[in-house]
Amino acid sequence: MTAAPLDLSGLVQLVTDAHAARAAATGAAGVGAIASFLGTVRNVNRGRAVVSLDYEAYDALALKVFEQIADEVAREWPDAILGLHHRTGRLAVGEASVAIAAASPHRGAAFAACRYAIERVKQVAPIWKREQLADGECWVEGATVDPADERARQEALRLACV
Amino acid sequence: MRVKVRLFAQLRDVTQAADVDCTVDAPATVRDVWQTLVRQHPALAAFSSSLSSAVNLAYVRMDAAVHEGDEVAFLPPVSGG
Repeated sequence: MTAAPLDLSGLVQLVTDAHAARAAATGAAGVGAIASFLGTVRNVNRGRAVVSLDYEAYDALALKVFEQIADEVAREWPDAILGLHHRTGRLAVGEASVAIAAASPHRGAAFAACRYAIERVKQVAPIWKREQLADGECWVEGATVDPADERARQEALRLACV
Repeated sequence: MRVKVRLFAQLRDVTQAADVDCTVDAPATVRDVWQTLVRQHPALAAFSSSLSSAVNLAYVRMDAAVHEGDEVAFLPPVSGG
């Protein structure tokens, strides 16, 4: 969690180095694929012009949830390593709110881990955004968090593997 | 007993405070804390059906027990990403 602009290339380097270190320690295959995802502020939502988004988070819990998502990724794709950063504060249209990178020996797990992680962020991360619109402001309401909801996790897994 | 309550997003807009202390009779659950807050801020009642909660940085159900000094958080529907 950070109020500073996100650095995707820095995150890619982090997961690359982490994967290389683990591969060197275990003798497993090294990095052959890195998938990355940036979520950015869109200029329109449900037909209304968006000026900016204010993100707030329960930072300490969000970090624990990110660790949980990384653990879930490790269970589903043991060869992959996930990196996940989210920004808070006021973001203008085009700025990145979330950055994800997944490193793996093969592309399938890298793409899937990345997609799975963003779906889980939207389901369970304690983060909120308020739209600053041309004509007012509005909290965005997504999922009611139920981290024990296995159906939600399975839905994220399904989306990751299509 | 007293617990520290943290409120976010729309909930904080209602209470006009991100952190509030709440006194409840022991033994108490997360739901007891919420109902105490709703009595103080009736507009919170609208969020009762779409609420998540956490105690000491772990998501819990509303029937979870709370103890003196716990940090109890109430979370409206999330919208990260």
